[in-house]
Amino acid sequence: MNEQEHRPRIVVINHQAANIHSVGKALERCGADVEITGSAAALSAADGAVLPGVGASDAAMRALEELGLVEPIREFVRSGRPLLSVCLGMQLLFPVSDEGQLPGLDLVGGRVVRFEFGKTDPGSPRLKVPHMGWNSIRFTAPDDERHPVFRGIPDGSYFYFVHSYHCVPSDASDVAAETEYGGPVCAAVVKGELIATQFHPEKSADLGLKIYANFVRHVAETAAARVA
Amino acid sequence: MLAHRIIPCLDIDRGRVVKGVSFVDLRDAGDPAELARFYNEAGADELVFLDITASSDDRDTMVDVVRRVSSEVFIPLTVGGGLRSIDDIRRMLEAGADKISLNTAAINRPELIREAAAEFGSQCIVLAIDAKRVDGPAGVASEGERNLAAESPWRVFTHGGRNATALDAVKWAGYGAELGAGEILITSMDTDGQKTGYDLELLRAISDAVPIPVIASGGAGNLDHMYDALHEGRSDAVLAASIFHFGEYTVSEAKQYLSDRGLPVRPPAVGRTRTP
Repeated sequence: MNEQEHRPRIVVINHQAANIHSVGKALERCGADVEITGSAAALSAADGAVLPGVGASDAAMRALEELGLVEPIREFVRSGRPLLSVCLGMQLLFPVSDEGQLPGLDLVGGRVVRFEFGKTDPGSPRLKVPHMGWNSIRFTAPDDERHPVFRGIPDGSYFYFVHSYHCVPSDASDVAAETEYGGPVCAAVVKGELIATQFHPEKSADLGLKIYANFVRHVAETAAARVA
Repeated sequence: MLAHRIIPCLDIDRGRVVKGVSFVDLRDAGDPAELARFYNEAGADELVFLDITASSDDRDTMVDVVRRVSSEVFIPLTVGGGLRSIDDIRRMLEAGADKISLNTAAINRPELIREAAAEFGSQCIVLAIDAKRVDGPAGVASEGERNLAAESPWRVFTHGGRNATALDAVKWAGYGAELGAGEILITSMDTDGQKTGYDLELLRAISDAVPIPVIASGGAGNLDHMYDALHEGRSDAVLAASIFHFGEYTVSEAKQYLSDRGLPVRPPAVGRTRTP
């Protein structure tokens, strides 16, 4: 299909606590028709959506509740349309986080826990929290068995991470990619059309833009398939 | 494995990139967006923009620069210089900055760090510290119960190294981390612009004192200096300006060198995919 003719409508969910602008700019660069909004109506009319996030989980959940977006996001996911969740957005998918008191969206089983590093050998540098910077990831599936959003990304590619908490899915098959930081850490989740990254593709240079380009193409294809 | 970061720093005066030697004798080195694109292509891991514009009337220029750069370059962007309030910070973040750095404003009112971290998250608050070795009486510095008077050889300076405070640089870094800073950017005013290497003792003292990442700044003259800052100085990232701006080394060469010496770095752009 021709992306020029079918610009998919993608909503970036604006819960006031996110780096929404860079996400919007990355999607536009990849050919999407982007609306940054906190409107449930706009979400329900979208072909695909991105749940971005930086900051604290309680603030984000409170904002989603105040905007009346919690149930519409669940409904969007149930409808089978692609949702890409980034960083804090990925952590919000879980039922519970060590970081906050409020329950999460409960779309993926498991929990969100803080990095805890004990004392290491004297003289050796300890691991810093937040886990900040470029780290390499490896996928749990070979390229042709991955969700289309992650195809064409070589194992060992570096992406930009900034987080103090990390996700521990209860079902290991939900883990799409891992990175290494004091042990294996969940870097990406795929559950149906729920796609999530702990890293920031919008800050990960060309390979990050490739993920957005894959997502935009995938949204266009699923939208076309729904119409057909 | 987490990679050490290489971060070109662009000093910006009224919308143009400049870099001085020891903060004197500024030389024009180009357009911010052009340089940002160039460094992104070369494999820079982040960019730091330091606004050295003297007049606050010209601050809007910086907002435009940030907006333009962040629409084109998709790597983390830190903006510092002249940010005094939550509103100043918000404006930069909304223009597309990923992190902001606080220096003098945090010294004047440390609570700004806590407030900014609460509002925007620690991950986007960088505490920038200009430190210099000082002999002589320490003076008095405290914040509430907290004694921040100099004990280590390094004192915190403001105004590009001209004005001394009574703050101990190592203690100030630790306090800043407690208040919610997500990263420390430490510049040695003794080595800055000298190209004789980073102050490794200072880097190590700071890195050992804080649980958050440390960016080394001031003194890079060759690639050995970067290796030393990361290895001996235990920094997480190195910042450099003139050696990149004037083409003495490319970011790619720096990464190759560090990688050859066994340090983890994000490989320079090899087998890169076409930008959509």
